[in-house]
Amino acid sequence: MDVFANLGLGLSVALTFQNVLYCFFGVLLGTLIGVLPGIGPVPTIAMLLPITYALPPVSALIMLAGIYYGAQYGGSTTAILVNLPGESSAVVTCIDGYQMARRGRAGKALAVAALGSFIAGTFATFVVAGFAPPLAEVALKFGPAEYFSLMILGLISAVVLASGSLLKAVGMIVLGLLLGIIGTDVNSGLQRYTFGVPELSDGIGFVVIAMGLFAFAEIIINLEHRGHREVFTDKVSGLLLTWKEFKEALPAILRGTGIGSVLGILPGGGALLSAFAAYTIEKKIAKDPSTFGKGNIRGVAAPESANNSGSQASFIPLLTLGIPPNAVMALMVGAMTIHSIQPGPQVMTSNPQLFWGLIASMWIGNVMLVVLNLPMIGIWVKLLQVPYRLLYPAILVFCCIGTYSLNNNVWDVLMTVVFGVIGWIFVKLECEPAPLLLGFILGPLMEENLRRALLLSRGDPTVFVTRPISATLLALALILLIIVALPMIRKKRQEAFQEEAA
Amino acid sequence: MALIRHPKDFWAGVFFIAVGTAAIVIALDYAMGTAGRMGPGYFPRWLGGIMVGIGALLVLRSFRLQADKIQFPTFRPLLIVLGSVFLFAVTVNWAGLVLSTILLVLASSVASHEYRWKESIVAAIALAVFVVLAFRWGLQLQLPTWPPALVG
Repeated sequence: MDVFANLGLGLSVALTFQNVLYCFFGVLLGTLIGVLPGIGPVPTIAMLLPITYALPPVSALIMLAGIYYGAQYGGSTTAILVNLPGESSAVVTCIDGYQMARRGRAGKALAVAALGSFIAGTFATFVVAGFAPPLAEVALKFGPAEYFSLMILGLISAVVLASGSLLKAVGMIVLGLLLGIIGTDVNSGLQRYTFGVPELSDGIGFVVIAMGLFAFAEIIINLEHRGHREVFTDKVSGLLLTWKEFKEALPAILRGTGIGSVLGILPGGGALLSAFAAYTIEKKIAKDPSTFGKGNIRGVAAPESANNSGSQASFIPLLTLGIPPNAVMALMVGAMTIHSIQPGPQVMTSNPQLFWGLIASMWIGNVMLVVLNLPMIGIWVKLLQVPYRLLYPAILVFCCIGTYSLNNNVWDVLMTVVFGVIGWIFVKLECEPAPLLLGFILGPLMEENLRRALLLSRGDPTVFVTRPISATLLALALILLIIVALPMIRKKRQEAFQEEAA
Repeated sequence: MALIRHPKDFWAGVFFIAVGTAAIVIALDYAMGTAGRMGPGYFPRWLGGIMVGIGALLVLRSFRLQADKIQFPTFRPLLIVLGSVFLFAVTVNWAGLVLSTILLVLASSVASHEYRWKESIVAAIALAVFVVLAFRWGLQLQLPTWPPALVG
């Protein structure tokens, strides 16, 4: 079995003392920022990027990856105990997890979240190991037309499965694509939308956008609501599941794992999308959907499994296609380019140690995370008792210094203020900022591949439908759009609008 | 009964139309090229057009759908939080990491409705110490610890 031989190679890399240490540091930090609301993996990884210069590439990537999937574990703790998503993908976990905590089952909810995440993480490690090589083979056949269509599919799937208004989500993607244009055009050398500002000639850093739209806007909105948080910290006990509970949760864990593995692979996918989809499906197929939202164990098991397998599976498009499917993966591109590794299908053959080492480290990281999150849950609970009035100034400090350290420049910090205002406006207008970030990441890639595809076809746009792989990808995108446009689902969306108006 | 029945959609639409139009107008200066030989203005003009279209649909829809007004409970957190980040940005190069961090924490803390000034002074000093240890010494961040004019 090739997969096992390769994973063996990976384990030999990942199990060196140094790499185990960096993996541990990554998952520890990931759990920490996952638990803390208001700071997620994007600003954290962005802050740590500069110091990865000094590390060997494998260790750097292992650590950064650990932060991402570690945050998925930590996020569930906050969701269950405080009803706040410690990390954005835990939004769905709040619904039933917090209700379980209110009913005195906080320990059970935490246990099922960790167990689900572990099963999902283990499975996803094999998915990445099994699917990446054949996908990389396919990717070698990809031309610009295929890449362009793939990105269209990714953007559309992000829109379709996002919460809220479709139209606004599309608008936000286009806005992101436009923001991605800012800077020097690679082909003509022309400065586009820079308004003569020299700092803009390299474009806007997406860390700047992410800090403003996510971190700052979220802090402001939290402060506006003056909410009092009810923390169920004294009631964390009974971490062991009974056999009956385990049997109840297991099918949901497996479904969530599967959904996450599939959706994670899509560009635009990843943890958040997977968690949403898994919860929705779980509710759809349940015998009694009304128990959801009232502390159903499956409502915790499915999304928690899905966000973990989704976060790991989202490494597949990065490692095989060289396309970052989400903001975290875009930062991983940054980490790879620091070490002059060009992400794409050739990584596996040119850098097998790095590729398989990273994959094997994910499983090791998952083992560490179970230990970090179950027996040591008390530490994280303590952390949650820090009141928000002390927490948010600290987050602001880390965000400011992190942004400054990107280019050792205050310009970036000033830009986060601008994006903070924009992010606040988006919240008020109920415009989801995640699609914007995705559009921003894919924008330059899309333009370049569109340009090349049309150059090769001499301006003939049918190239996107006459090449079979490209046509298939576009057909998938179209099917997704049609499914959403179906009357039944449209009605559901409108009901949501009416609830809002009431 | 107001004409605009869904203010969130309406203003989102207006925002998209404005951004889209600006994108197109600015891109008029960039060479359009042809589909086969795309100039730097090709992609942005298309995007601007799509953006205006989406904005227009949103505005039209806002006359039909119904939803709540946009809630502005208070502007204090917006102004204080972003104002203190702005303060940090404009002071850090000449005041140094320690003073700017303290300033940022003290200023931003005021935004909470549970503000306690003694507590925030302690937090500010603790964070400043941590930041110097972790970022200045640990990560070798290129920022002065103290005001360069004083230390020389």
